[in-house]
Amino acid sequence: MPGDPTETYIARDRGIHPPAYAPDYKTSVLRSPRKALLSLQQSLSEVTGPVFGRDELDPLDNDLLRNARVDNDPIGERIIVHGRVLDHHARPVRGALIEVWQANAGGRYRHTNDRYLAALDPNFSGCGRCMTDDNGAYYFRTVKPGPYPWRNRINDWRPAHIHFSLFGPAFLTRLITQMYFAGDPLLPLCPIYNAIPDAGARARLVAALDTEHTVALDSLAYRFDIVLRGTRQTFFENRPESL
Amino acid sequence: MPMETLKETASQTAGPFFHIGMMPAAAGISGRNKQPGNTLVSAQTQGQRIRVEGYIYDGAHAALRDAQIEIWQANAHGKYNHPCDTQDKPLDPTFKGFGRAVTDFKTGAWWFDTIKPGTVASCHPRLMAPHLNVMVFARGINIGLHTRIYFEDEPAGNAADPVMNLIEPAERQSTLIARRADRDNQVTYRFDIHLQGEGETVFFDI
Repeated sequence: MPGDPTETYIARDRGIHPPAYAPDYKTSVLRSPRKALLSLQQSLSEVTGPVFGRDELDPLDNDLLRNARVDNDPIGERIIVHGRVLDHHARPVRGALIEVWQANAGGRYRHTNDRYLAALDPNFSGCGRCMTDDNGAYYFRTVKPGPYPWRNRINDWRPAHIHFSLFGPAFLTRLITQMYFAGDPLLPLCPIYNAIPDAGARARLVAALDTEHTVALDSLAYRFDIVLRGTRQTFFENRPESL
Repeated sequence: MPMETLKETASQTAGPFFHIGMMPAAAGISGRNKQPGNTLVSAQTQGQRIRVEGYIYDGAHAALRDAQIEIWQANAHGKYNHPCDTQDKPLDPTFKGFGRAVTDFKTGAWWFDTIKPGTVASCHPRLMAPHLNVMVFARGINIGLHTRIYFEDEPAGNAADPVMNLIEPAERQSTLIARRADRDNQVTYRFDIHLQGEGETVFFDI
């Protein structure tokens, strides 16, 4: 039937995601649905999704060292962030649009509503985009964001992090997450990070230093691989691209 | 044949400053071209122009002023601009079908200018009534919320819609129906999202 999705996706494992209600993260208390989610059979409405073209990106979208430059490079540790976007079966997700945003090296966001006393950096916006290639690989260049205090419990600090928004092949693969940095002592104290109930799922948000991809005398590199929901495998179906 | 080996990456909240990355102009960052926004139509787009607008309320009935709402919809013929939609219906090359709006920093209001989508085939014999697929992100929302917007002036389609018919108790169906509220000769629908409490919107696990 034309209404039968040609692809259906593996059900989301909610056990590896933070629950809506996570009281140590206080804002979630009034913003969490309390009724059970309604389980839907996947239809065309969910297995389709917006398709973005490479021509929609600006040339400096993946270079946060230069895309807001006025008269100098931004202050901070120069880093390259790269990795692959894969599905459940380790197949590359091609053409995935990734949007990133972050604080500057002092932990301050270029945003009307951020009033943290750390200084803004006139040469840094913390705004970037990139798209995965045919191998699912992506990269961008930036400075390492600083940690910052936030109004939750009286003395809560966010570990250094970069926000990631991803569009995979379908509306149901849409994902927003945060990348953290290996060795950050604030990680075990963070109620947002710790809202993820599964230790393995938490660990997979932590990017490791990748000495192989550092640029000598220039930039360190961190590797962050991302997994989006994949389509179901059908037994005995000829699917050469998955081999 | 590879079996399931990897786990999906865990979701984290978009936080309060997501505008920087997803709607930079709202954060005061200029210069980005081709940014998805809340106007989905151009002069050439086929279909009936509609405005859809509303607020997102928390469990204390306060409007969120730091939320983002995204919509994904079929064109006026009921076809999605995506290779997995194999229905024998025309594509509208001027219509991608994706929109993104941020709630106003002062009032919490959001709106889209789009077209009313057509009906879409489902795996049931019944068609899906015209609807917009919705995701909501915000500070305090740990994983993006999925819901749908249906239209009050499609009563027969809504009554037959396979998703509407899954909702129990049936009174909660009304949480997915946008009310007709025309203004200035513009076809306008009002749709409020209630994250929690009385009139909590039906959200989906898909």
